[in-house]
Amino acid sequence: MRGLSGPRDCPMDLTLDHITHRYSGMPVLQDIDLQIPAGEILCIVGPSGCGKSTLLRLIGGLERPDEGAVRMAGAAPEGCLNPLTYVFQDFALLPWRTVEGNISLVLEDHGLGGRKGEEIIADVLARTRLSGFRKALPRQLSGGMKQRVAIARALAVNPAVMLLDEPLSALDAQTRELLMDDLVGLWTRQPFTGVYVTHNLAEAVRLGHRIAVLSRRPGRLREVIEVPRALEDRRAGDPELEALQERLWGLMRDEAMAADQELVDV
Amino acid sequence: MSEARVVPFRGGGFRPVAKRGAGLLVFVVLILLAEWGTRAGWIGNLTLPRPSDVALTLVDLWQSGRLWTHLVPSLTRLAVGGVMGISIGIAVGVAIGLFSHVRAGLVPLVAALFPIPKIALLPLFVIWFGIDEGSKYALIAFGTFTPTVVSTYGAVDNVDRTLIRMGQSFGLSWFSIVRKIVLPGALPGILSGLRVSIAIGIILLVAAEMLGAEYGIGAYILQAGSLYDLERLFAGVVILSALGVLTSWAIGLAEKRLLRWRS
Repeated sequence: MRGLSGPRDCPMDLTLDHITHRYSGMPVLQDIDLQIPAGEILCIVGPSGCGKSTLLRLIGGLERPDEGAVRMAGAAPEGCLNPLTYVFQDFALLPWRTVEGNISLVLEDHGLGGRKGEEIIADVLARTRLSGFRKALPRQLSGGMKQRVAIARALAVNPAVMLLDEPLSALDAQTRELLMDDLVGLWTRQPFTGVYVTHNLAEAVRLGHRIAVLSRRPGRLREVIEVPRALEDRRAGDPELEALQERLWGLMRDEAMAADQELVDV
Repeated sequence: MSEARVVPFRGGGFRPVAKRGAGLLVFVVLILLAEWGTRAGWIGNLTLPRPSDVALTLVDLWQSGRLWTHLVPSLTRLAVGGVMGISIGIAVGVAIGLFSHVRAGLVPLVAALFPIPKIALLPLFVIWFGIDEGSKYALIAFGTFTPTVVSTYGAVDNVDRTLIRMGQSFGLSWFSIVRKIVLPGALPGILSGLRVSIAIGIILLVAAEMLGAEYGIGAYILQAGSLYDLERLFAGVVILSALGVLTSWAIGLAEKRLLRWRS
């Protein structure tokens, strides 16, 4: 895929084809069938332990499904260095590298160490409003800033699909609110395909074009819900979104309670 | 309504706080006690030498130039043996940390070698590497090798897995992941392991020199001991202590420079 230049209007679609996955015999995901069309953000929600993070690792090839396959169709965008790119919950920044060093890390292997790399770094730092912090070390940054560096790093490889694994869960409520606006801003300026795993329903109704609800372990796909409003028009406290969030919670409530009573180590 | 009382503080303690000069104070008090005791007579002159005499012996060693005739060969042995043992130890430790086959094959061997008192093997080393410098280098190298291996693979094991997973998710090459993520992540553990390795190196240096060397701090201490010359014996011991403090300080300096990214 790498280096292929495709027309902008035909980016990559992902298809999850009957995915089943087990951990030492225990099924964690069962028969997941899902379409992720290009240019849209799919949120995956579900009670804790339903395998949503596992599903994301399967989508990006960090784990191999026991049955079924993840397929990608179409070409990656021009200049794409890493079609499926993650943003992790715990940021995963190298503490010994500065902000720009952390971004150049993912460019160096592609021979983009010099001027070309400089341009990319300057561009993604500007897009995430981090230009003033190039030389800062991760320990000097707040949680929200660290996650913005991780997002900048993901943007630097110009991904076809962004895989976001609870990216806001390690942050406090206010920072979360700010970063949601950032993500919406990034998407409206340049739409990307995203798979966004979260247990936070408010995030799901703010950021998802569609929301996939998983059942508790073994995770099955229960429902895929369309969110009606355009991403940039959604506000916190919008009654329509609140109602949708209520409906999602209704779907999940009993399962979440049951999941809470389960022994973790089976 | 009864009078309001101040909530008593009970959160103190259990946290090391840097106290400047305390270490020095302990040294000074002990030396002064020894000086007083030996002068006043409640410490016999066969029990402990007078600290001021030890100091005079050290000054004499310095002025006569004999300090260097003993220190230079000792430092050379420590440097050559230590560099060999530590560099091979780091290489093997990283290999154990990275490759399951190497780990399965070598960890039991290292566990078997670690508790052997290396001094017991000196006669063997003399036969293998000769009575001269070779056997001393080998002894120090061997002695620093095992603790370095153990601390290095422990440090590699402790590298944050999520960072490695991140490297893989961005498609970094295996070599890049090792060089840019695993090695820097293991550096703090490797450096703190070096403190132990070098201290063991100094112990073995003296042992090797006691078992056959004309010059060297160990030989100097052995001569002094066989003549029951306590001033010279203690002068030698002071030099060894200083060597230990010096190397520990040097590692501290390296840590400060290389690990500036840690808070």
